[in-house]
Amino acid sequence: MPIDYLPILVMVVVVVAFAAIALTLSSLTGPRHPTAAKLEPYESGMPPFGSARRRISIKYYLTAVLFILFDIEIIFFYPWAVLFRQLKLFGLVEMGVFVLILLIGYVYVWRKGGFNWD
Amino acid sequence: MDILNNLFTNIYNAINAFLNGLLGGAGLRPDAASAIVAAIMGLIVGTVVLLFGVGVVLTLIWLERKVAARVQDRVGPNRVGPFGMLQPVADTIKMFIKEDIVPTNADGLVHLLAPVIALAPAVLAFVVVPFGQGMQPADLNIVVLWVVSVSSIGTVGLFMAGYGSNNKFALLGGMRAVAQAISYEIPQVLTIVPIILLAGSMSLVQIVQKQSTLWYVFVLPVGLIGFVVYYISALAEVNRTPFDQPEGESEIVAGHHTEYSGMKFGLFYLAEYFNFFIVCTIATTLFLGGWQGPFLPSWLWFLIKTYALILLGMWIRMTLPRFRVDQLMKFAWQVLVPISLINIVLTGILLMFFKVG
Repeated sequence: MPIDYLPILVMVVVVVAFAAIALTLSSLTGPRHPTAAKLEPYESGMPPFGSARRRISIKYYLTAVLFILFDIEIIFFYPWAVLFRQLKLFGLVEMGVFVLILLIGYVYVWRKGGFNWD
Repeated sequence: MDILNNLFTNIYNAINAFLNGLLGGAGLRPDAASAIVAAIMGLIVGTVVLLFGVGVVLTLIWLERKVAARVQDRVGPNRVGPFGMLQPVADTIKMFIKEDIVPTNADGLVHLLAPVIALAPAVLAFVVVPFGQGMQPADLNIVVLWVVSVSSIGTVGLFMAGYGSNNKFALLGGMRAVAQAISYEIPQVLTIVPIILLAGSMSLVQIVQKQSTLWYVFVLPVGLIGFVVYYISALAEVNRTPFDQPEGESEIVAGHHTEYSGMKFGLFYLAEYFNFFIVCTIATTLFLGGWQGPFLPSWLWFLIKTYALILLGMWIRMTLPRFRVDQLMKFAWQVLVPISLINIVLTGILLMFFKVG
């Protein structure tokens, strides 16, 4: 029922309003004396060098790709779990096959060193 | 006892009846009137839940500092109010009168939106939790999915903070936050599946009702394994020590909120404790029987169980040192994921052949 989602929609409005009020209020009550030194990015007191928008290590991408693979597969568990009692033995065997396929990919990633973080 | 138990539902019904009477007299079409009433009730409930959450966070900050002090043989905050209980309020006022500093070359819009995006999903996950008998602000039939999906959006806020600050420490913190959150998301989502299997439903209300005779944590061995895996990955998900690499102060200053000051930092702080409270409420609901319990009012039982889990989390935080990043990632992928996968299969077999739960 779409009407069930109404409280959530209202909640979005409430929380955004709360954040907006908090930020506006603090910008009114707080002082504002910017100096060049104060606005420098913090680098342990040293003058910052170079840009912070730099290239990112490849291992983060690998983690992200692994996450997408596994997360999509995991979503299939949810409807299966809800309907498990109706599917009976067929459902169990079916999911066994599914987990087996998932495990083959998992073992492959492990053997290839996909989980190594160095 | 009944009065106490139904206190909040009665207040809700009274306001609802009052509004219905008010609008019923105004000569609107019945469906329009009920929609307006629903919207107004949503607004009231939403505000109450948000304020309750903020109050909880304030007590949590005080509790955390007191517990930390006790563990380390100190006294902790004791100047502001009785037992220092007003310390978080004083801190909030302090945040309001601090200067808001945006570093040069920072992405102003991203920098501004990051704390809001970190906070909003936390509150949105809060709105579906059944706090007591008949006390869920919103009941969807896919609540479990809603909670896990919405609570992972908060990570985007952390990454925006890291990217928008034009600070190398912040960027590193943001990257680590994302990597950690998505790695621990997998065991967290997997370990809820046995609970759905046992309950046959994704609605938190029904999951709680099914636990009236036996809490799922006591469905051995799957419930206990699930609970432990869920709790560990939940702690990692909300970046608490020993999983606080994204803001490890000895390595990367303060991680993603290095460049945040004033109320923007306050919102991050709020979101962090909000998230911690939520994962404890979800763990209570899924594994510890939610509001089920004898004698005391249902919402009191719920709070007792939740605070027990929170104290456990604080204890863990004070006891264990921080993991290395590579240990952390390996732990998620090579220990927790296989355990929770096996747990699902085990639950299926137990349900099919041994009629547990």
